[in-house]
Amino acid sequence: MTLRVHRNGPGGGHAKSALPVRPARKGAGSITGPKYVPYLYLLPGLLLVSAFVLYPLARTVQISLTEWTGVTAPDFIGVDNYIEILTDPDLRSLFWHAAVLIFFYALVPITLGLLITAVLARSRVRGMTGYRAVLFIPQALSMVVVAIAWQWVFASNGILNQLLSLFGDEVTTAWLGSFDWALPAVGLTGTWRQIGLCMVLFLAGVQKIDPALYEAARLDGANAWHEFRYVTLPNLRAEIAVALTLTVTAALKSFDLVYLMTKGGPGTSTSVPGYEIFARAFNRGEIGSAASLGVTLTILIVLVAFGIERFRREP
Amino acid sequence: MTAVSERKKRGHIGWRGLVSARTTGRRRGLKPAATSQALSHLILGFFALFTLLPLVSIFFISLYPQDQVISGLALPQSLDFGNYARAWDVANFSVLMKNSVIVAVFVVPIAAFISILGGYAFATMRFRGQTLLFFAFLLGLLLPYEAPIVPLYYDMNALGLTGSPFTLIVPEIALFLSFGIYWMRAAFGDDMQTLIEAARIDGANSWTTLWRVLVPSVKPAIVTLLVLFFMWSWNEFLLALVLAGSPSLQTAPAGIGLFLGEHVSDLRGLAAAAVIMSIPPLLVYIFLQRSFIQGVTSGSVKG
Repeated sequence: MTLRVHRNGPGGGHAKSALPVRPARKGAGSITGPKYVPYLYLLPGLLLVSAFVLYPLARTVQISLTEWTGVTAPDFIGVDNYIEILTDPDLRSLFWHAAVLIFFYALVPITLGLLITAVLARSRVRGMTGYRAVLFIPQALSMVVVAIAWQWVFASNGILNQLLSLFGDEVTTAWLGSFDWALPAVGLTGTWRQIGLCMVLFLAGVQKIDPALYEAARLDGANAWHEFRYVTLPNLRAEIAVALTLTVTAALKSFDLVYLMTKGGPGTSTSVPGYEIFARAFNRGEIGSAASLGVTLTILIVLVAFGIERFRREP
Repeated sequence: MTAVSERKKRGHIGWRGLVSARTTGRRRGLKPAATSQALSHLILGFFALFTLLPLVSIFFISLYPQDQVISGLALPQSLDFGNYARAWDVANFSVLMKNSVIVAVFVVPIAAFISILGGYAFATMRFRGQTLLFFAFLLGLLLPYEAPIVPLYYDMNALGLTGSPFTLIVPEIALFLSFGIYWMRAAFGDDMQTLIEAARIDGANSWTTLWRVLVPSVKPAIVTLLVLFFMWSWNEFLLALVLAGSPSLQTAPAGIGLFLGEHVSDLRGLAAAAVIMSIPPLLVYIFLQRSFIQGVTSGSVKG
């Protein structure tokens, strides 16, 4: 994962990235006293994470190898649940829907964010703090509030139809009830939530690029596209990686918006792995199958996160 | 592009670069400054409007009298605050809000306290199994909580651990610790060694060093952590939905989320509830916006 500590008061500029697990420097051990002291500091955290994250995760793996309704004892069935994920078109479609959400949650906001950053270049916009405050609001709100607002946008007498009706005949589509439009509608809600995040990240990042680089590029005869391609884009690599990590994992983990806006419907047209795990485990008594989806999703997210981390490191 | 690639290799620049960016940035405008300013405001204004419109529409709806038809985005002809009173009373919303406050009051300080302890150990001490333990904590950052919550729910039920606010509070603290310990380790990791040495010479033990010397020097990082924990705890949906158990223990997002499925007919009341439950996070956002933005954009993910 990328973590950047911004403690950039004046003169704090050398606070570089915090690398994972640095060896403690010489002498650090001596104030800690007896050898067990570090473990005492870790104990509360370790107990909680073991009991409520690691142990349940191990249990998820165990349950994923069974068929279990939650009432009678679980039946061990080996990897059947996983085979089902690979072969059942309904289950595979969950991951296809998640891919559509990645497009809306990650690719659209990041592309738009970069485009805007390119257009604004590095001009100092007056009132930028105000814009930043507004653009970032969706991150501070509950998904429930987001869902209520966007259900109204897509309602048959809602804002989108009001807007479309301005251009011609009255439109009364119930977008979230449509097999074709419900998934893009949920996705667009995600776009709305993430676009401010991406813009704030990139606009902050572009201010940190050495202006000498742009001057050098111009002396070399670079046009606006070259400046973007060879100066802005490579220098925003860290910010792009952060944006990718946040938005892609949000898309893969998405549960809240689907549960709140469509309950996976109409039919299963908006169901995603996160929602299906919930529905199978808590509504339909297919707990083993839910667990196998959970394990698959976890592996997928870890792989994607490592992929993004590699992208960040490679020059 | 040789000059460019050569300079690129030198990597990041400090505050000096930022200062010169300010001056040269103005000078180098290809377009006249006024046009480029107008274009910037046009673009940023459009996206600001796009961000605000759905939220403003919900606020309008919360003020619509019952007998007025709502359609699209429009101002109500007269204001009716009765929706707020109805949401507060009828939907059991006062209980939901109270539960949300209880959860936040426990989760935020306890999770922050444990994160400080753990981050301190990882940043300043050396011990066997350090790397492995750290990755065990990191796993929680990536994990989709939809997975472990399944056995957690059934196992806690089997053990009879239900019907208390702590069935939500304790797992929530555990879930936030991955980020917290990661965050505090990074905060304590930078340039703290001199402080630690100085404290040791003064005869301070590790506990005193932490609370008297280190914690005061990383206050901004701790404020960010508290702000994030509050926002996450207040807005947490899945955990509350599954683990809170009875409706009398439900938090505001989960309670309203359930309500959303059943009573969409009362859009005005729902909108009023949405406005009320947004007030605490929005207040925190207004006053501690910098900390919040910094925390979210740090790139670490929360479950």
